[in-house]
Amino acid sequence: MSALLKHRLTWPVLALVLLLLLNQLFRADFLSVRVQDGHLYGSLIDILRNGAPTILIALGMTLVIASRGIDLSVGAVAAIAGAISCMYIYSSPDPTSLRTAATGVAIAVVAGLVLGAWNGFLVSVIGIQPIIATLVLMTAGRGLAQLVTDGQIISVSNDSYQAIGAGFFLGLPISILIAAAAFAVAGLLTRRTALGTLIEAVGINPVASRLAGLDARTITWTVYIFSGLCAAVAGLMISSNVTAADANNAGLYIEMDAILAVVIGGTSLAGGRYSLVGTLVGALIIQTLTTTVYTLGIPPEATLVFKALVVIIVCLLQSTRARTLFGRRRRPVPEQSQIKVAV
Amino acid sequence: MSVLTRTSAPLDRSRISRLQDKARYAPTLATVGLFLAMFAVGAAMYPGFLSGQVFLNLLIDNTFLIVLAVGMTFVILTGGIDLSVGSVVALSMMIAASLLQAGWNPFAVIVLVLLTGATFGLLMGLVIQVFEIQPFIVTLAGLFLARGLCYVISVDSITVTDPFFTAMAQARIPLVGKLFVSPGVLIALLVVVVAFYILHQTRFGRTVYAIGGGESSAMLMGLAVPRTKILVYGISGVCSSIAGILFSFYSLSGYSLAGTGLELDAIAAVVVGGTLLTGGYGYVLGSLTGVLVLGIVQTFISYEGTLSSWWTRIVIGALLLAFILLQKLFSRKVRLA
Repeated sequence: MSALLKHRLTWPVLALVLLLLLNQLFRADFLSVRVQDGHLYGSLIDILRNGAPTILIALGMTLVIASRGIDLSVGAVAAIAGAISCMYIYSSPDPTSLRTAATGVAIAVVAGLVLGAWNGFLVSVIGIQPIIATLVLMTAGRGLAQLVTDGQIISVSNDSYQAIGAGFFLGLPISILIAAAAFAVAGLLTRRTALGTLIEAVGINPVASRLAGLDARTITWTVYIFSGLCAAVAGLMISSNVTAADANNAGLYIEMDAILAVVIGGTSLAGGRYSLVGTLVGALIIQTLTTTVYTLGIPPEATLVFKALVVIIVCLLQSTRARTLFGRRRRPVPEQSQIKVAV
Repeated sequence: MSVLTRTSAPLDRSRISRLQDKARYAPTLATVGLFLAMFAVGAAMYPGFLSGQVFLNLLIDNTFLIVLAVGMTFVILTGGIDLSVGSVVALSMMIAASLLQAGWNPFAVIVLVLLTGATFGLLMGLVIQVFEIQPFIVTLAGLFLARGLCYVISVDSITVTDPFFTAMAQARIPLVGKLFVSPGVLIALLVVVVAFYILHQTRFGRTVYAIGGGESSAMLMGLAVPRTKILVYGISGVCSSIAGILFSFYSLSGYSLAGTGLELDAIAAVVVGGTLLTGGYGYVLGSLTGVLVLGIVQTFISYEGTLSSWWTRIVIGALLLAFILLQKLFSRKVRLA
């Protein structure tokens, strides 16, 4: 029992369950899932579907944070990816065909990889602090997205493209399936091979891992490329869900949500320790929180206040100092309270 | 990393300090040079660009950014970062606009707004210091919180009709010839002067630089490290609320979405102004120049009617990158000497 209480995931899962029950109290049909036209419907499915982009971006963010980095540019990358694919589909001679949609998606995915590689280059080769390196793309990225769309909101009507964000497959929303597949692949790659341990090693001490013979540079580069890829696919989901590319608002503040999900999930911001399942639970908590705000009839504008309070509380609970203060010393965490990034 | 470089080679003391001096001034000088070059190019390209008023308009249009950059300079000098400033600007505007609408005395409103900004900043500083959480995550939470509180106050834009605020918005202080500035410019420059004094003439200022140079050494020297670290966030908070008031003078309204991305502009201005992001090196006057450079980018884009506004963000991003690389280059040279 005490082992269960001490488990890293116990509290996040408990929080998620409590949130769901709270919603059930206010809306009797909240937890029910029904089948309609062969598709699953219900609030739970909605939470998963609306949360899919956040889940995906948080997945990439988890690995970046595990390597003691951070990627602030994910929202901008999502906006760029949506802008590129919508612009391609919009301006192609055959804007409704599957082929056009596939090409648009492919171009956007490549763009995400390139932008991720750019971040990785700045961090691992030039050696700029991750916050600052990705700040550059965060600043310029939305400008680039606007450049692509020429400052307009580009609407597309392509059924295949719309399927990414709003379609169903085997009764489940496709966006959930994509996020789940990405999670499964990332989980297998990092937990069934040595990759996860290597990323953690880089996160704990990049210099030491390099001296130990690890190719720290390539590993760092890889996690940023992966984050760029996740952000691009999430951007496709967002733009496909509303069948339009909005360079200004697509993925706005999603980097905050993703970081929040990672932190709630028990991944240390100091790097070197991460939990993919924790991130998944964290992302679900955030999406449920947003839904709860609607269910309880609180003005949706207050969501940001709630999220801020949650971040603060979670960070306080995580900090070693708070644990010492409140006399709840757990097993010693190998955590540097101050990140002094090696420059 | 530092351990590795420290043991590199026996170095000639005077050579190090000479190189360090160069490294210290080079980014700021580069910024001044960049500004002059851009002004010269503008003068060559567009008739009417080379006038005192164009320069003064840079100040008039960017009063709030100047004040924000000053506050951010303090934070970055200690090696921290404050992502909440844009939201605190919006929150200050919302508080001011809603209280004025409720018929409050404008001076009471201004005092209250400044107190709110200071409290907000100090609280973030306390959390950063006491619980040892990274500044960026705490101030990110601050960004959320302040923006959320804006929405709670009102989702709609609130117009300011207070006579004092409108007077401040319309006032023109004449200088020589036909040149003029707004009262906001004087307030902003006063903030710069005060900040300059604090950083270079007081014990507090020296502690700020010492923390950026090396927190543990500052601690070992017996400096008031925790207090200073909390206070710099307080200063940034006050600066954000002053910026909010100046923004209200400028726009005569409060709007929840105001100042989105302003934190990035402020950070960019500080970096372009030559302050090292790792802390320890930098000047308030550099940050002022940084704001002027960002301002002139905007002026260029408005003169060149065909370039659309999103180019501003792209150019600011590129400038940010260029100056980070420049810093990298100089700090590496010092290390390897």
